[in-house]
Amino acid sequence: MTAISNDIEGKPLPLLLQRNALNYGDQRVALREKEYGIWQSVSWQSYYNHVKDFASGLKALGFGKNDKLAIIGDNRPEWLYAELAAQSLGSIPLGIYQDSILTEVAYIINHSEARIVVAEDQEQVDKILEMQTELPLLEKIVYTDHKGMRHYEDEALIYFPEVEKLGMEHQRQHPGEFEKTLEGLRETDIALISYTSGTTGFPKGSLLTHRNMLKMALNLHAVDPKYENDEFVSFLPLPWIGEQMMAVSSALAIGFTVSFPEEPETATADLYEIGPHVMFSPPRVWEGLSRSVMVKHLDASWLKRVAYRLAMPVGYRMADFKFAKQKPPFGWRLLDGLMYMLIFRALKDRLGFGRLRSASTGGAALGPDVFRFFHALGVNLKQIYGQTEISGISCIHRDGDVDFDSVGKPIPETEIRIHNPDPSGVGEIVSRSPALFQGYHKNPEATQETLRDGWLHSGDAGYINESGHLVCIDRISDLMRLEDRTQFSPMYIENKLKFCPYIVETVVLGHRQPYVTAMICIDFKHTGKWAEDRRIGYTTYTDLAAKQEVYDLIEGEVVRVNRSLPEGARIKKFLLLYKELDPDDEELTRTKKVRRKFINEKYVEEIAGLYSDRASLDIESVIRYQDGKTATLRTNLQVRTVKSPEEYATAGRVSWWKKIFGR
Amino acid sequence: MSQLEVQGLRLSFGGLTALNGVSLSVKSGEIFAIIGPNGAGKTCILNCICRFYQPEKGKLVFENQDISHLAPHKVARLGIARTFQNIELFQGMTVLDNIKLGAHVHLRSGFLAGGFYYGRAQKEEMRLRSEVEDRIIDLLEIQAIRKKIVGTLPYGLQKRVELARALAMRPKILLLDEPMAGMNLEETEDMARFILDINEERGVTIVLIEHDMGVVMDISDRVYVLDFGTKIAEGVPEEIQHNEHVINAYLGGSDAAFSKLGL
Repeated sequence: MTAISNDIEGKPLPLLLQRNALNYGDQRVALREKEYGIWQSVSWQSYYNHVKDFASGLKALGFGKNDKLAIIGDNRPEWLYAELAAQSLGSIPLGIYQDSILTEVAYIINHSEARIVVAEDQEQVDKILEMQTELPLLEKIVYTDHKGMRHYEDEALIYFPEVEKLGMEHQRQHPGEFEKTLEGLRETDIALISYTSGTTGFPKGSLLTHRNMLKMALNLHAVDPKYENDEFVSFLPLPWIGEQMMAVSSALAIGFTVSFPEEPETATADLYEIGPHVMFSPPRVWEGLSRSVMVKHLDASWLKRVAYRLAMPVGYRMADFKFAKQKPPFGWRLLDGLMYMLIFRALKDRLGFGRLRSASTGGAALGPDVFRFFHALGVNLKQIYGQTEISGISCIHRDGDVDFDSVGKPIPETEIRIHNPDPSGVGEIVSRSPALFQGYHKNPEATQETLRDGWLHSGDAGYINESGHLVCIDRISDLMRLEDRTQFSPMYIENKLKFCPYIVETVVLGHRQPYVTAMICIDFKHTGKWAEDRRIGYTTYTDLAAKQEVYDLIEGEVVRVNRSLPEGARIKKFLLLYKELDPDDEELTRTKKVRRKFINEKYVEEIAGLYSDRASLDIESVIRYQDGKTATLRTNLQVRTVKSPEEYATAGRVSWWKKIFGR
Repeated sequence: MSQLEVQGLRLSFGGLTALNGVSLSVKSGEIFAIIGPNGAGKTCILNCICRFYQPEKGKLVFENQDISHLAPHKVARLGIARTFQNIELFQGMTVLDNIKLGAHVHLRSGFLAGGFYYGRAQKEEMRLRSEVEDRIIDLLEIQAIRKKIVGTLPYGLQKRVELARALAMRPKILLLDEPMAGMNLEETEDMARFILDINEERGVTIVLIEHDMGVVMDISDRVYVLDFGTKIAEGVPEEIQHNEHVINAYLGGSDAAFSKLGL
């Protein structure tokens, strides 16, 4: 283990903060937030002081051991102050996704029995005030941004710095109390309830202890080391276990700097300014980045475009050497070095990856094409596999042992087994480790179902391949069979489709049906740009998604994907949805995973259309906005039938000359 | 007490009388809306106040000072800022540069000092930048576009940048000429919120010309109705909504008036 002394083992998270404050004081930066266009730093000492003041303030408000504190808002230092403050008092923090709609927010606050909620700004406060009559246990709403709050006179409201002021007063009256409370904490205390809006039903809250979170951070660190001088940009929702893993437990254990973007919209620019060493993101972030590179290079100057097209094949070739664990011949290495100087270095820098050392993806499966793309650029991207229930991670790729269909090997102290494997070795993935959760909050049935004899049953189908890597196929409940018993994984096909820059989301169907079909959501930004370049006029998303030209474009992509699929699993029909899938409509989880069951129920007509002979359907659909308003949308939806790939002319051979120098 | 007094303003273009003895008085700290059909002379009043137009008759008094014959840049320095009906930004410059230009009247360093960018000029620039960030960009939520070229921005955002530039003049009174024109519902709501924030948090007096009656009736303290260069009504929004003259003269029939006056 690098740079970590053993004295942190067994410590609760607030004590790690205290240790960092003692060791680094004001010398090192713990948090950084961009405000007023300037990066404002918070030292470890001042981080600790804020936590101490806020915790004492909560105490003065009568908040204490085992009480629950809900936190909702964008990533800001106050989010972490509130979380650590609650932990310091032996009370339990929990995060709510900031884009949650009213009913979701109310459900989680009630289910967790939170007495105080920390809400970032007017928008979040409004959500809570609107549901106030249904939140009998809620006593105080702490807000951190006073903008627009001048007319709010609700007695439950209190401004974050006011609580800190109360805390300072409390400390004067009870000196030493805070430190004493810290000493009373045990590593087996609950540190966090992590609510996951699973792909089915109501969110479940996983109870995680300090030991769980620290063990996970240290075991991950052992195989994917991070250093004190590292930079990390926290731009994904903090209620997500992956962000907790990096911005809270890993940062506290290792002492690297966490930076928060100015606004969610500026995240890309802020990422570029910080140039992080460590990054952990779900597939949709990587997919988004690869899509934008592929689309934007078309707009670059002629020279840059040609350089990009010359360089990518070299990068892909180098990536393939790496996956095959071969040493690339000297000629290829020389060429790659040249391409690095010519374009890869500049491109990585533009993406903010100039210093990136540890890049990983997790939370869902990343398609092999996107994975290869980043390795071609020279980004050492690794897959992580894990669940919230095991504090986020159980497997990761090791350096030099990366391939695109596995999720790597278990981290230390973690065991992975295949439960009830079939003859080919495929079965349910089960795991156990010191990071295993304590059960679901107030949900013993679900706990019993998931946690059997100390093993976490993931519900994922997978197997262990010959090199000892875990391969995760799909959710067991998602594996599909056609009428003729041909088995296929919808996720695999979806990921192939999503590599296309014009497709942002897709749902592949076909369970107990004669053939495979897909409902596709186009990427509005990139497809819109494509249409503009070709002078195709459009008004809204719905309009664009109904254009013949767009259908033709996507048909080409579907055929491309079909060529790489076995005949039985090829997509026979597809349609372009008239709206993007959205968590507000319950079509996606808050972490943007597709909720198949819900989609099957909601898009009955559309799905029936895909399995009928009709070429178009009249659809009426209700769209819901975040504030609860609804609107009805009427549209004529086309269903496109795809012929077998052989029937499409392979457009002749495009000369290499045209490929590189053409538009 | 009244901050801005307009007395007997008269303006004509050739034979066409645009303003015919308009008098109005704006109190310090209020939101004062001017409404009226197209060509009623609303923008002319603003142009006279900013001294783009020279009225033939009448007097303009701002904070007890007669500004009827002051040059436009001097009026600006007194604290009267405005936005335009059609966006008048420098399309090829960044948002930040456009905003900073608004503060130009308050900058002291000269051409040479600014060019060499040393000592006082540098300090002044830094101070301005932090003021812009702190008091304007944050307020109007335009962090994500501060380095963008104005011409590439959508219309709604350009309107917001124009408001930002007017704010950079550190105005005491802000003249807004159709700030919500051409905006969708969400953009309109945002703009209304910004206007209220500026008015209530900064204590800036607002003179607002707007056709969106929903907004006007919602946020104004007083409404002034103009038709063919003369006043036909003045009062709080509820009065105006039920004023017979307004309903007849301004909107033609009572049926149309109900929808257009946000009743």
